[in-house]
Amino acid sequence: MELLLSSAIGILMAVGVYLLLERRMLPVIVGLTFVSYSVNLFLLAMGRLTIDKPPIIRPGITDYTDPLPQALVLTAIVIAFGMTALIVVLGLRAYLETGSDAAEVERTDMVREFGSVGQKDGR
Amino acid sequence: MLTSAVVLVPVVGAIIPFMLRRAGHAACANGAAAVTLTALAILLSYAPAVWSGQPVGSRFDWVPQLGLSFSFFIDGLGLFFAALILGMGLLVILYARNYLDDSEPVGRFYAVLLVFQGAMLGITLSDNILVMLVFWELTSLSSFLLIGHWSHRPESRQGARMALIVTGGGGLALIGGMLILGHAAGTYEVTELLQRGAEIRAHPHAPAALALILIGAFTKSAQFPFHFWLPNAMAAPTPVSAYLHSATMVKAGIFLLARLWPVFSPMEMWLTIVPLVGLATMLIAASIALFKRDLKQLLAYSTVSHLGLIVMLLGLGTHAAAVAAMFHILNHALFKAALFMSAGIVDHEADSRNLERIGGLARLMPITAALATIAAASMAGLPLLNGFVSKEMMLEQAFGTTYAGMPWLFGLVATLSACLSVGYSARLVHGTFMGKTRHPETAHPHDPQVGMWLPVAILVVPVVIIGLLPSLASPIVDMTARAVTGGLPKPVQLYLWHGFTMALAASMVALIAGVLLVRFMHRLEALQSTFRRPNATRIFNETLVAIEAGGRAAIDRLDSRSLPRYVAVSIVAVFALGLYAFLGGTHGPGNRAALSPGLPATVGWLVLLAASTVAVLKSHDRLMLIIMTASVGFIVSLAFLQFSAPDLALTQISIEVVTTILMLLALNLMPKMGTDVATSSRKMINGAIAVASGAAVGGLAYAVMSRSYQSISDYHLAQSKPGGGGTNVVNVILVDFRAFDTLGEIMVLGIAGIAIFALLDAALRGRSGQRLEHVQPEKPSGSPHSLITTVGTRLLLPMIITSGVFIFLRGHNEPGGGFIAGVLVGIAYIMQYVASGYNWSQERARFDPHLMIGAGITIAAVSGLPSWLFGYPYLTSTFGYVPIPLIGTVEIASVIVFDIGVFLTVVGIVLISLANLARVEDKRPATSDGVGTPDETPVPQPPRNPAPQETT
Repeated sequence: MELLLSSAIGILMAVGVYLLLERRMLPVIVGLTFVSYSVNLFLLAMGRLTIDKPPIIRPGITDYTDPLPQALVLTAIVIAFGMTALIVVLGLRAYLETGSDAAEVERTDMVREFGSVGQKDGR
Repeated sequence: MLTSAVVLVPVVGAIIPFMLRRAGHAACANGAAAVTLTALAILLSYAPAVWSGQPVGSRFDWVPQLGLSFSFFIDGLGLFFAALILGMGLLVILYARNYLDDSEPVGRFYAVLLVFQGAMLGITLSDNILVMLVFWELTSLSSFLLIGHWSHRPESRQGARMALIVTGGGGLALIGGMLILGHAAGTYEVTELLQRGAEIRAHPHAPAALALILIGAFTKSAQFPFHFWLPNAMAAPTPVSAYLHSATMVKAGIFLLARLWPVFSPMEMWLTIVPLVGLATMLIAASIALFKRDLKQLLAYSTVSHLGLIVMLLGLGTHAAAVAAMFHILNHALFKAALFMSAGIVDHEADSRNLERIGGLARLMPITAALATIAAASMAGLPLLNGFVSKEMMLEQAFGTTYAGMPWLFGLVATLSACLSVGYSARLVHGTFMGKTRHPETAHPHDPQVGMWLPVAILVVPVVIIGLLPSLASPIVDMTARAVTGGLPKPVQLYLWHGFTMALAASMVALIAGVLLVRFMHRLEALQSTFRRPNATRIFNETLVAIEAGGRAAIDRLDSRSLPRYVAVSIVAVFALGLYAFLGGTHGPGNRAALSPGLPATVGWLVLLAASTVAVLKSHDRLMLIIMTASVGFIVSLAFLQFSAPDLALTQISIEVVTTILMLLALNLMPKMGTDVATSSRKMINGAIAVASGAAVGGLAYAVMSRSYQSISDYHLAQSKPGGGGTNVVNVILVDFRAFDTLGEIMVLGIAGIAIFALLDAALRGRSGQRLEHVQPEKPSGSPHSLITTVGTRLLLPMIITSGVFIFLRGHNEPGGGFIAGVLVGIAYIMQYVASGYNWSQERARFDPHLMIGAGITIAAVSGLPSWLFGYPYLTSTFGYVPIPLIGTVEIASVIVFDIGVFLTVVGIVLISLANLARVEDKRPATSDGVGTPDETPVPQPPRNPAPQETT
């Protein structure tokens, strides 16, 4: 099971990094989401894997999984949403302002893209 | 009363003229004058004690561990400078009241002037060198604002900038020097430091400290080769020039040299550098001043020359020279401020201060001419005026100095400078007031109103009195010089007549030679124009341009403006660090027993693999990418469920829903992606980086999981119920054990929400708004909102909210809590926006998401306060059992209030991000309240600002 989870963490990280290195906006955002999946699972794994021992106190039971990584991951998930929403909006606004959703700007591209905006608007 | 009040009154009182700025110019000036008078009165209340040789001080420890204390002391030197600063300040305020136009921003002017005044007082009265450094920088900043007062003039801005760069840069050197000094002395208190001179001089770092301190002092006091900023600062209004550039700020460097005189003056390095720099400055500046045609420029260079004179005297390291230096500071301040003010009157009345355009003004403005002539004669060193007495003392010292085996060098150069000094003084008087009357035709020069020439007269009176009876100034100079040197062999006695000495002979030579210089001025000018000389201002500007160009070139080389490249560099760097550490250690297999993989887990793994593969291969297909992301998120939430984390599973799955809606909304506005333009080699490199980082993270995870460890969570598990009152340990950690972390996290969420709103709200205007109009939906649908979805979501709304409340309430004991409930309720509302449209939903929205975020954070933050009342740390919780009829005994924990805060913030961020995206989609222009118009009025067009035309 450990091998299964760690390979899943590795796959998610690899996909996330690959998409992060893309040149368009949406893959970069999705890549970031994959990276946060991977990191969240990684954090959970730091508490080691246990099955059917949720950290909810029950009378007579003394063996529970480690609750601390879970608390960290819970806020991380919500924060990751806040971050994703912010960069989606940031990217959207950047596209609306510049007419390009490229995550990199070649100097010649920059001139061309800005120039084309002016023409499109009829000037 | 505290000595610090002298410094704090002007700094704090600066608000008074600023607040009076609407009450008119006179009110501002009076306010500023009142503040200055108050500070002066407080200062003088200490004068008797200081006079009798008892320095007074007050001390307030600020950060004792750093040696930082807010301590001030007034000794002879401090009293002398502080009185000079405040007295001059009063005259300058009186003068400025008539000089400045009522239409100017006078409130700001007087406020900055007072700040400057306070900062100068801070330098002279601080007993702690760290505090002194702060005031030192404050004088640089406030003088920047004062020089640039007429900010519409380019030369004002350039002069202000240059002054700031030179004096600010010198200030940085000074900080370094002072810190070394304090370290070497083992104290940052000036009074203690002065007692430890021998110790400091023996320290190996003493030369470095001295070098840096000298750079600071020389830049501030405009010593060669840093002299060029002062003439350029003449773009300032004349009151500023009279105050900063003759009497106060430029004397700050000299003050510093005088203050540290007992520590450093016995050093060989001091005796070598300081007098030579002073001497060179005195000669070079005087020779430039002779040829200046602009009155203020002439005065500026003469000031530099006189500052050089004082620096030279301090550099000689003898008691007699120090006495002469202190005396000349007083004399120079008196006649130079009078001359600056006179130049300002001429400029004000004749509309020009250029000697080529004005002349013979004595007939038109006799009072000004008389006052200025006396002051200039004092500057030239004519007998029976104060300048003569101190110049004699200077020459005497110069003739008595042997430098580098040359007994004649100082005497000769000093005499030469004295000639030039007579020359430029005579030129100033002759050119301005004598000869044929001429001035620009538009002007009607005459003597100004009393308020303007009175300050000049007040300054000229002591010029004459000290000149006639120098012994009157003896006690002041004695007190000051005693404080500088730490004790004089005999009391200072100033005489007019020193007998027939070398100095007197040199004075006579200087007078005659100076008059001859003016007589043959145009020949000299012709000669001067024939030979090339370096221009310090031009060199400075060229250096600045070169630095800027160099910086730009470096940025161009380093900044590729490519996010992927930066990401790649960061990832590869982290990977390399990890690899380096990995290869440097020893490794063995883990010893923790592994769990056996079940069938559901294997199936989930395969689905994850498949979805990931599709995401990579179809990364240009937007919809596919989002669907695959959602599928992976679903598997991740199942994984949480599998590994005993029900809270995480609930959070993940609800967040997944929100994220997917968000992406789909944004997708509508984003451009379609073309086929991937990346080259295959680039794909290979990216793939390699991706595989390497995946392998590293996966391997690391496996290495950790296959080893046992000791958790710190036993405490949390044990205390959850008895201490926190809840059985869901994850929730108790979030809202109780680590509640302060959670508070910080919801604040981050709140800030993100506000940023999202700001970004989207402005997206409807300007160029972005224009582009928005061109965005066409890919497939226009016939009916925007399907009936079944609309009705379905409306029916679901109360049910989801009910379950949200349920999940919230049980959160402390069972999986759930504020975060999950918040996301769930957020989804319930978002569904309305999606199904029924923005307008319909906004019309019925009762809660402003901004308010929810604000209220949430406030409730969470405030909920921690009551524990203080009971003497417990912030955010300590309590709980109790409350019997409720019919239901039974119910446990109520105080943390539920905190969790309500979390809940509200999360609902707020979900709503603010998604609802605003929906609003942009509907192209609803922003309204004043920032929420969007709920009614169905026609949509006004976004303003069509003509975007600036870009050229290729």
